[in-house]
Amino acid sequence: MTNATLTKAAPTTESLTTASPMKAKAKEIDYKPDVKKSARASSSLGADSNKPVTVKMGVYDLDLYYKDFQALNKINLEFPENQVTALIGPSGCGKSTLLKSLNRMNDLIEGCRIEGEITLDGADARKTIDVNSLRRRVGMVFQQPNPFPMSVYDNIAFGPRTHGIKSRSDLDEVVERSLRDAAIWDELKDRLKKNALGLSGGQQQRLCIARALAVRPEVLLMDEATSALDPISTAKIEELVGELKTRYTVIMVTHNMLQALRVSDKTAFFLLGEMVETGVTDDIFTNPQDSRTADYVAGRFG
Amino acid sequence: MANHALKEGFARILFLAAAGVSILAVALICVFLFANGVPAIAQIGLPDFIFGTTWRPANDVYGIFPMIVGSIYVTAGAIVVGVPVGLLCAIFLSRFASKGIARILKPGVELLAGIPSVVYGFFGLIVMVPFIRAHTPGNGLSLLAASILLGIMILPTIITVAQSALDAVPQKYYEGALALGANHERATFRILVPAATSGIMAGIVLGVGRAIGETMAVIMVAGNQPVIPESLFGGVRTMTANIVIEMGYAADLHRGALIATGVVLFVFVLLITMIFNAMKKRSEAR
Repeated sequence: MTNATLTKAAPTTESLTTASPMKAKAKEIDYKPDVKKSARASSSLGADSNKPVTVKMGVYDLDLYYKDFQALNKINLEFPENQVTALIGPSGCGKSTLLKSLNRMNDLIEGCRIEGEITLDGADARKTIDVNSLRRRVGMVFQQPNPFPMSVYDNIAFGPRTHGIKSRSDLDEVVERSLRDAAIWDELKDRLKKNALGLSGGQQQRLCIARALAVRPEVLLMDEATSALDPISTAKIEELVGELKTRYTVIMVTHNMLQALRVSDKTAFFLLGEMVETGVTDDIFTNPQDSRTADYVAGRFG
Repeated sequence: MANHALKEGFARILFLAAAGVSILAVALICVFLFANGVPAIAQIGLPDFIFGTTWRPANDVYGIFPMIVGSIYVTAGAIVVGVPVGLLCAIFLSRFASKGIARILKPGVELLAGIPSVVYGFFGLIVMVPFIRAHTPGNGLSLLAASILLGIMILPTIITVAQSALDAVPQKYYEGALALGANHERATFRILVPAATSGIMAGIVLGVGRAIGETMAVIMVAGNQPVIPESLFGGVRTMTANIVIEMGYAADLHRGALIATGVVLFVFVLLITMIFNAMKKRSEAR
């Protein structure tokens, strides 16, 4: 298993190095956080567990209301950089709501009100960062694959075009890099002009991941991104997440406890709008401190 | 049990008959048109009829080319006026208007659809024609007046159909675009509108169908000279106007030529519908 992951991981490392000239070129049309990120990426490839953990995003004393209903209650949680954080808990516990607060997709819901603080790189994400640039920096993959009804190429190119990349050659590079990063280039390179709706569900979801990566986000939110997929597609995406965390901070909501155990470094357990417990994933599953966590991870309710 | 089967069989026949009525109507109209029109075309000669530029029933000269061109011009003018306005209005209603504004606008659009065409004609004749007369060469009864009036008349069709197409675009596309950092305008114009293309096209076909078939309002403002208009401000006669104006007193070959004009009109509408259907199919396949 470990061997397989290692060999699978190798091409991505390679694509990273081949991608670096593009990165240098794209820098002038892109955003400065990327400069830092590429530096970080190379260092993190070497020593994964030993490097000091920085907080990429944080949520402090967060209360969230849908009109009168309080969906989240005093949540305090930090998301470490270049790690995968899993949010688990039964339906309706508020984990998806929290995820959607991080890129302000909750703004679309009428009557949604947030109190407390959400930070990105230490800055107040709701007050000091423009909503569109926040959403560029904090990408999202949805539960249902939602490729746009247009070609594979245009799907990927939409985000970069939105953020001002116009030249055909730059776009070609971004499309190829993004599809490679989402480990779907080989499957799609001959179908770039085909409508994305013709792809299988698993391919559509990886296309959506590629689309999210195309705008060079720093954080990737995944809202039960594998729950609509078959086991093989799910396995591919889990493997992909393991590779992505070397360059991105991943925060995922999942119903599947085994998935959290397989993929995540840190886990937070939610129940009825409260965060019951958080910690290193292995500890949460093997040695939970709260009896409710213990009951949930043991499958006694859910 | 047998009673139940009997009922079901009866219901099926009833529905089939209802569906059959519309097909029968189309078939009957086709038979009538072609049976009366085709012999006249044969007598005049197809090239002389279609491409003849002189229409002089008194001398038995029947060339409807000016009317074909007139119908095309007027319809094209209506598209130029009506499609951009209608489309932007549909986008506004679907994605930008607050509930309060939509509550006022929507009934307004529906009311526009309910106004009889003769009333549109009056409006054109009393308001638009004098205005055009005052500001352009000619007497105001013109291609321009007909185009603008028809453009307004096809608005409700285009707005209603395009808006329902836009409303039907899944919200997940919109959310996907926002999640990539696109603002509302970009998500709307680059994702939602392209996703609704086939529905919007359908709205345009219906609008074109209405424009090319419209008669009364056009007669009242277009001038109706059976010649190819030399400018936007010149008078124009459409195929529909040709039929209505002369049918009352026409006999023999003249009458046949007018029905044959109806045949040409019918073929035109058929062609437009087929072209748009093909476009729609292609945009769906893509």
